[in-house]
Amino acid sequence: MNIHEYQAKEIFRRYGIPTPKGIPCFSPDEVGPAAEKLIAETGNEVVVVKAQIHAGGRGKAGGVKVVKGAEAAAAAGRELFGKVLVTKQTGPEGKEVKRLYVEQGLDIANELYLALTVDRQRRRVVIMASTEGGVEIEEVAEEHPEKIHKVWVDPAVGLQPFQIRQLAYGLGMNKAQQKGFGKLVGALAKLFVQEDCAIAEINPMVITKSDEVVALDAKINFDSNGSFRHPEWADLEDPNEIPPTEAEAKAAGLSYIQLDGNIGCLVNGAGLAMSTMDTIKHFGGEPANFLDVGGGATQEAVTTAFKIILRSDKVKGIFVNIFGGIMRCDIIAKGVVAATRELGLKVPLVVRLAGTNVDEGKKILAESGLNITPADTMAEGAKLIVELAGKA
Amino acid sequence: MSILVNKDTKVIVQGITGSAGTFHAGQCQDYGTQIVAGVTPGRGGQTWQNPSGKGSAPVYDTVREAKEKTGADCSLIFVPPPFAADAILEAVDAEIALVVVITEGIPVMDMLKVRRVLDSQSATRVVGPNCPGVITPGECKIGIMPGHIHRPGKVGVVSKSGTLTYEAVDQVTAIGLGQSTAIGIGGDPINGTGFIEVLERFQEDEGTEGVILIGEIGGSAEEEAAAWIKENFTKPVAGFIAGVTAPPGKRMGHAGAIISGGKGTAAAKIEALQAAGVKIAPTPSDMGTTIAAMLN
Repeated sequence: MNIHEYQAKEIFRRYGIPTPKGIPCFSPDEVGPAAEKLIAETGNEVVVVKAQIHAGGRGKAGGVKVVKGAEAAAAAGRELFGKVLVTKQTGPEGKEVKRLYVEQGLDIANELYLALTVDRQRRRVVIMASTEGGVEIEEVAEEHPEKIHKVWVDPAVGLQPFQIRQLAYGLGMNKAQQKGFGKLVGALAKLFVQEDCAIAEINPMVITKSDEVVALDAKINFDSNGSFRHPEWADLEDPNEIPPTEAEAKAAGLSYIQLDGNIGCLVNGAGLAMSTMDTIKHFGGEPANFLDVGGGATQEAVTTAFKIILRSDKVKGIFVNIFGGIMRCDIIAKGVVAATRELGLKVPLVVRLAGTNVDEGKKILAESGLNITPADTMAEGAKLIVELAGKA
Repeated sequence: MSILVNKDTKVIVQGITGSAGTFHAGQCQDYGTQIVAGVTPGRGGQTWQNPSGKGSAPVYDTVREAKEKTGADCSLIFVPPPFAADAILEAVDAEIALVVVITEGIPVMDMLKVRRVLDSQSATRVVGPNCPGVITPGECKIGIMPGHIHRPGKVGVVSKSGTLTYEAVDQVTAIGLGQSTAIGIGGDPINGTGFIEVLERFQEDEGTEGVILIGEIGGSAEEEAAAWIKENFTKPVAGFIAGVTAPPGKRMGHAGAIISGGKGTAAAKIEALQAAGVKIAPTPSDMGTTIAAMLN
């Protein structure tokens, strides 16, 4: 789960991580007064107006404006608000800016990079630091891997002072900078564990002309599995950042991701759902979605799944692919029949059932009198739906 | 022949009084698995009844007590995510030889700590979490997989995905080869047992003549397995990797199934496995025929 920069910085401040002063704005009118307030507090005319979207590469896409004075900030706010930003991470459709963050300008001497994530191979939290801040770290990793310094945190003892020193020396810091950096990285390591993060990234982490180390940007991605101990996450979620269909699916206990193709898929199990998409592609089609109804799907869940798939007018066919384990095929078949009757399906529907109670399931489909094309295997079903959708 | 579990395996079920625990403990017992006890703190002294009416088992408050009273060497865990890490560590503390964790949704931070403890001992092996479990057809089923699709035989199956394991098993059964043991290792970023540890056992097992390995996007376990296979594994391996069409940056159902920073793509995994001599099935429907062709 992603949150905005200004929300991440609020969490940073709770842990004592230095950030510039800033004020979030939810309409363009708030930007001018916010800038005025910051200028009065800091005595610095320079403010930064930053678009708040869940995607990196905002700066390059024109989503960050450094301006002088409240009036210029207000103008930048009007320009950014409602603008659709297209960055490397948003996809070609881009993301509309609906929140802004107005921040105090700093006298920056140096831009660095700092990030924490889970290293799956080493089974440790890894801390990565680099002198190459403000740029895309993937590019640094590709071209200059030696410029990325890493330490791994042992969960039994936590981050050790020598590890912080290793990073600080790697970054070539002077004594004053080391002190600030040590505090920052220690706090971030603690935050990472306590707040159940999957990624915490500061890019850039800056050194000011007075040797302070400050988080100029902040990115946090939470491990969704930790949500049961973080009720506060519900308030951090920005509904504008989640496609409405994905939100509805989540509420119904379905795992759904919208894609660009025209063949809807309804599958049980994540691996099977992914490979159903792959098989459709293998036979020349394009999947419209990833949809896992889960192991214990009910008739209602199947109906909701159909509704969500059919909401897109791009969908020219639906492939239901179920391997009944605990989930019985006859229950799924009843759900498919009920959903088809209720929604009046106008696109071809191919259903492949296998596993527990498969014969009963097939019988229910055959006797329904509905226009459902049965398939025995996943490959056969995928091939059929690609053909049928092509004709539709 | 088989690996990890057989007809002599004595199983306790942690979380046996919950709805999933009760149902699946019953299904396992009906398959022939020795369910010797259940563990639910606060329910010690009660008796668990198999919903099918075909059996029962005593319930204990702690894993240590259950092990002492029954001689169990395996635990099957259905404990919900907030308490799952504690349940695993309790089983490790009691030195249960094999711990199979079905629970989905355990936080990564919890699994990092569990994993740290696992790495500092050798008495316990953990399979999972977020997996369908382990089955040796005809002998015992320790998990949530549908028992009836399995047949005793010579193909070992190891997989990150539950339903894709069922696909592979069903095909191998239809072809008439059957399975030695089928193991779901789960799709979480940090787990107890990886591909390599399972392959090591399949290599030693005389009853396993070939293996189906099923991976998916995210992490580098498949690449590591490929490198290990190239150096060490002498039996035929058919493979499948799910997620060729998965968009980057999106979590595809499983917590670990995500392409991030250009890493963990299906293409890279397929390439690594092919370089190790693994034959990749063109679609999931071809996993059975692929291993059959390699065995002939």
